[in-house]
Amino acid sequence: MSHMKTFPQPKVNNDQERRSGHRGDLLLMLTLYSSPELLSVVRGTVERLTEYLGFPITESTSITRAVDEALTNIVRHSYGNRPRQPITMYFRRARRRRQSGEVASGLEILLCDRGPAVDPRKFRGRPLEEVRPGGLGLHFIRQAMDIVEFSRKSATNRLRLVKYLAPSTQRCVSEKTL
Amino acid sequence: MKIFTRRLDKTTIFDVSGDIDFANSPELRQSVLHEIREAYAPRLVLNLSQVRYIDSSGVASLVEGLKASRDLGSRFILIGLSTSAREVLQLSRLLKVFEIYENEEQALAS
Repeated sequence: MSHMKTFPQPKVNNDQERRSGHRGDLLLMLTLYSSPELLSVVRGTVERLTEYLGFPITESTSITRAVDEALTNIVRHSYGNRPRQPITMYFRRARRRRQSGEVASGLEILLCDRGPAVDPRKFRGRPLEEVRPGGLGLHFIRQAMDIVEFSRKSATNRLRLVKYLAPSTQRCVSEKTL
Repeated sequence: MKIFTRRLDKTTIFDVSGDIDFANSPELRQSVLHEIREAYAPRLVLNLSQVRYIDSSGVASLVEGLKASRDLGSRFILIGLSTSAREVLQLSRLLKVFEIYENEEQALAS
């Protein structure tokens, strides 16, 4: 088994988080292999988690779609459809201070894989005016999330996705909690 | 995902159900392209009313089917778009590209 790649190791915080000046609390960590059959399992998990965090159903659906597309990209492009390659996902609470001074909460998802380095210029997607198969996944990801960042460190590709709760939603959740 | 095939005169209907994602969209693509290119179906109708989820690879399969049918002069029709399917096609700006009807009766009468 020594030839196998290891799962990216869990870390409480990552550099990107430190740079952006906030810390998130770890909610969930998933380690899985690059099997397309597991995509539906992850979708179910993300859907439940986003509902639990108070995201409205439309945003829960779009976040779930973004994570599904990001995982599919790892399986297809980073690992070239090779099975049993390691993927680790971290789900954390995200917080940031709005211009109004109010603290916005949300969800940060970090997807890590050990595939070869990816050219960030490929993270563009295709123009939607072109009617042809492919290139839509990135569009779905960008449409759904507030922050989409790609980086590579220690032979690991990291895709960081963040979605904040809308102020009105957040108030409803806070009131419910009280 | 499951595909149930019905044939009515010159129309083939695929009743698709479940989730269409990267794990099974190749199966949908293969079925659609076979029906258009090998079986020469003059009209292929995809019933998506029982589709809970469709990802970008599923949309790509639909676009391939549409292009193949245009190349051969046949018709490629979507019916009963579920909320998920409609949303994804809207996001992809493809709602107006496909021939879409509410139900089977409308599609067969078209």
